[in-house]
Amino acid sequence: MAGRAVPVPTPDTKPFWDGCAAGELRIQRCTDCGQAYFYPRPVCPECGSAAVEWFTASGRATLYSYVINHRPAPGFEDDAPYAIAVVQLAEGPRMMTNLTGIPNTPEDLVLDMPLRVTFSKRGEISLPVFEPAGEGR
Amino acid sequence: MTGAIIAGAAETDRVGKLPDHSALQLHLEGALNALADAGLRTKDIDGIATVSAPGPVQVAHSLGIVPRWMDGTGVGGTSFLLHVRHAAAAIMAGHASTVLITHGESGRSRVGASRFAPAPSSIQGQFEAPYGVFGATTAFTIPALRYMKEFGLTHEQLAYVAVAQRKWAARNPRAMYRDPITTADVLASRMVAYPFHLLECCLVTDGGGALIVTSADRAADFPKPAVHVLGTGESAETPLISQMADFTESLAFRLAGQAAFTEAGITAADVDHLMIYDAFAHVPIYGLEALGFVKKGEAGPFIADGNTEPGGALPLNTNGGGLSYTHTGMYGMFAIQESVRQIRGEAAAQAGQPEVSVVLGNGGMFATSGVLVLGRQPG
Repeated sequence: MAGRAVPVPTPDTKPFWDGCAAGELRIQRCTDCGQAYFYPRPVCPECGSAAVEWFTASGRATLYSYVINHRPAPGFEDDAPYAIAVVQLAEGPRMMTNLTGIPNTPEDLVLDMPLRVTFSKRGEISLPVFEPAGEGR
Repeated sequence: MTGAIIAGAAETDRVGKLPDHSALQLHLEGALNALADAGLRTKDIDGIATVSAPGPVQVAHSLGIVPRWMDGTGVGGTSFLLHVRHAAAAIMAGHASTVLITHGESGRSRVGASRFAPAPSSIQGQFEAPYGVFGATTAFTIPALRYMKEFGLTHEQLAYVAVAQRKWAARNPRAMYRDPITTADVLASRMVAYPFHLLECCLVTDGGGALIVTSADRAADFPKPAVHVLGTGESAETPLISQMADFTESLAFRLAGQAAFTEAGITAADVDHLMIYDAFAHVPIYGLEALGFVKKGEAGPFIADGNTEPGGALPLNTNGGGLSYTHTGMYGMFAIQESVRQIRGEAAAQAGQPEVSVVLGNGGMFATSGVLVLGRQPG
């Protein structure tokens, strides 16, 4: 059985993965126009400036949309059906992720529910995934 | 108008399950059929366009064509619409006179086909694949729940997209699935990626087709009625589904459509027949709204009310579409072919006598788009 896909960082994405390894969700923003963005790249997608910096995001997010996949990717056989979600970070950008600490069912996964980042080991990589951030937690 | 026409158009002899054909064979069979349709020979062709692999060099060489113009634009299933657009421009510029555009894909049988797997250091390999993305069913589908929440699209309305298209497929002997289905049948079919059931996902088939594009001043020189390329558009949004600006609308569809309608000098009210790339049941909904046929949020009820099925005001996906006719992986060629047949009046499920037909192509997962406005008259 083939294992789960493991990301291989590149020079432009390494600060993101280094952040994950340190337990932080580090993303980029433009120092000219202030736009925060994801996925890692050396140019601001809003204004085209190359004056960009890394910062540590809050890790807070909401559930923007998802599917619950019944035909597992290699290595995901024991998890199916599992949600493939897109979350909206409190800072604005969206990213794809998995959802942990909650049953992956249409009844449990309610759009716009609050989430927070946590990290899951995948080989040498720490992968950002999200869990419910309920009241009082 | 662009000054170009489609002078020849044909698909492979059969579409569906063709384990006895390589992908390259499907290109060549489609090409020879399109040449015969136009009454041309290989030596009449001086421009070539197709997607890699096998790409324009391989296809041209296999046919003994020496191109003086080529286009290998490969931006997903809409690429062939972009090839038509680029060919029209090349013909106007004098860079080519007669362009052959081919598609062949062993999408089901995988004979001589390449495997798709993103490199683990690619953007997709780093930011999608680790989350269990495995083909289009697991990514192209993700925006739909957001749309359903924002606009109240119901599971029944989403399912009915497949029901409406099956009604067209029932009239098309070449369609893979022809038996009538109900909304209940769709909702009872196996769950693939919630909220999408099997019958809301496109087929996976083998097949091909080809087009011959030349200048409109030669419109009377061919055996079949010329199909005029009245307007064309293209655009791109994002390589990652998560980065789509708004999950309830396709920017690429809208911009490509606006460009094509502007070039053709038409509005949605002028369109008699429509093809919208339907890899999944939500895509025609996004397409109808992006092209301005209905307002945002109205496309689901519009289809459910019967407007796009046989007898409806706006015939849509009259070959049965990717959901019921065929879907090799890069379906755009088949959408163009059906528009050409409808304009010529030779479709299996002929929808009246359309003067203007529009083709909306999708590439990747809302990543790219091409739109063609085709007409019976020069414009």
